[in-house]
Amino acid sequence: MKLPIYMDNHATTPVDPRVLQAMMPYFTATFGNSASRNHSFGWEAEEAVEKARKQIASIIGATAKEIVFTSGATESNNLAIKGVAEMYAEKGNHIITAATEHKAVLDTCKRLEKDGLRVTYLPVQQNGLVDLDQLRNAITDKTILITIMYANNEIGVLQPIAEIGKMARERGVLFHTDATQAVGKVPVDVNKNNIDILSISAHKMYGPKGVGALYVRRRNPRVQLTAQIDGGGHERGMRSGTLNVPGIAGLGAACELAQKEMPEESKRLAYLRDTLKDRLLAGLDEVYINGTMEHRLPNNLNISFAYVEGESLLMGINDVAVSSGSACTSATLEPSYVLKALGAGDDLAHSSIRFGLGRFNTEEEVDYVAAKVVDVVKKLRELSPLYEMHQEGIDLTKVQWTAH
Amino acid sequence: MAYSNKVLDHYNHPRNVGSLDKSDPNVGTGMVGAPECGDVMKLQVKVNPDTGVIEDAKFKTFGCGSAIASSSLATEWLRGKTVDEALEIKNTDIVNELSLPPVKIHCSVLAEDAIRAAIGDYKKKSESRPQVSTNA
Repeated sequence: MKLPIYMDNHATTPVDPRVLQAMMPYFTATFGNSASRNHSFGWEAEEAVEKARKQIASIIGATAKEIVFTSGATESNNLAIKGVAEMYAEKGNHIITAATEHKAVLDTCKRLEKDGLRVTYLPVQQNGLVDLDQLRNAITDKTILITIMYANNEIGVLQPIAEIGKMARERGVLFHTDATQAVGKVPVDVNKNNIDILSISAHKMYGPKGVGALYVRRRNPRVQLTAQIDGGGHERGMRSGTLNVPGIAGLGAACELAQKEMPEESKRLAYLRDTLKDRLLAGLDEVYINGTMEHRLPNNLNISFAYVEGESLLMGINDVAVSSGSACTSATLEPSYVLKALGAGDDLAHSSIRFGLGRFNTEEEVDYVAAKVVDVVKKLRELSPLYEMHQEGIDLTKVQWTAH
Repeated sequence: MAYSNKVLDHYNHPRNVGSLDKSDPNVGTGMVGAPECGDVMKLQVKVNPDTGVIEDAKFKTFGCGSAIASSSLATEWLRGKTVDEALEIKNTDIVNELSLPPVKIHCSVLAEDAIRAAIGDYKKKSESRPQVSTNA
């Protein structure tokens, strides 16, 4: 077993060597611009792009023509939301999203609010899922878009996509989902779930960074987006710019591999994840799982170790790469807004660790990580005045703290 | 973010972890911070009432590595100082000793607050003591 161990696969994943192999020819030998229509260099590049388009469409049950290439999921989310807001401005000015969305969605919505759009940020229940009744009540005749993520990047919970899609379709509202964490991990079907627009990223599924895609429905209904990047009119006019051919070949290969291996891989990851969870729960008291285990990505575990601060825990397991919802580890010095949205209290957000298992993690690594975390949490609890108070039977919620 | 060697040393080998008897009249206890802010420090001093010298200091901290290191360092510095000397410890001394980056300065502020709270608690106890004895 090699140290350090990487268990932060929601942040990014390594490129699978088979994906890299599929990309290699397009850097040097087959380097053409896929928009060059008059020579073989261009045709070969175009062939690679069209092959990838089919591979990507296949993993989400779409057709190749419905795939628009972008630089990643952040751009995809921007294009989807701003593109709809602009294109359908005459139809309405209201967007519905959720409090636990990725910043690429939330900050895009905030930008649109400044431009005069109305945005509803649905709260989530304690299990991390949106309440369908609240969603239903939020829809008005001015609503043009519902944007709710497929799987959450921190707590891995899977939103009720089928129900949301059905509701959106019935009410004639477009449905966009940020499926960055879901595609390649769980089966996704845009038709079965009435998804109109869907964001994809390559580097979360063993593809390269800097490339992503947006699924844009062409039939029933035909979705139109106002381009956010102007230029040569590539990608059906929705996204100009010379295509990143090696990256796109990589995204395509990553999708094909993920689709083929998903049944086996998701079982293996769920087993590893559950082993990790069981070890931690057996070794420690006062441990809380954030978000429902019932509707969840197979590779995600988000746990709060009460009375222990997340950054100090990361320091103690410094040969394991994971992330924390603790304020001390965030750029903003605020604890995770996703965990806060669950309503469990800021203290549990400060104590949380996100484990993101991946294709290259082994059972031996899980054993090592579980033992190490149990050991360090115990050590830090010896240091924790809160754990001492808890053991003395003091109710910490009733203490007068000197907040600073 | 990289931690300084001194922060790592205090994190890996925290000095003077533990608790003193809160009800001891010679023990001063300071608890500062809040769980929802991500750090709580408990700092205790045991003072020789005749000399005013801090004979023992203990801490327990819920917080990041820099918060743990700041309070661990504080207990080291407190031992052997008189209560008045202890009040001269400034958060900037802790920042310099541990090479804390700007985002971690609040850890040193919290440690200074904890020192003041512990000494304040001891002083309150010692001031009320003679009154109790004369009234009795």
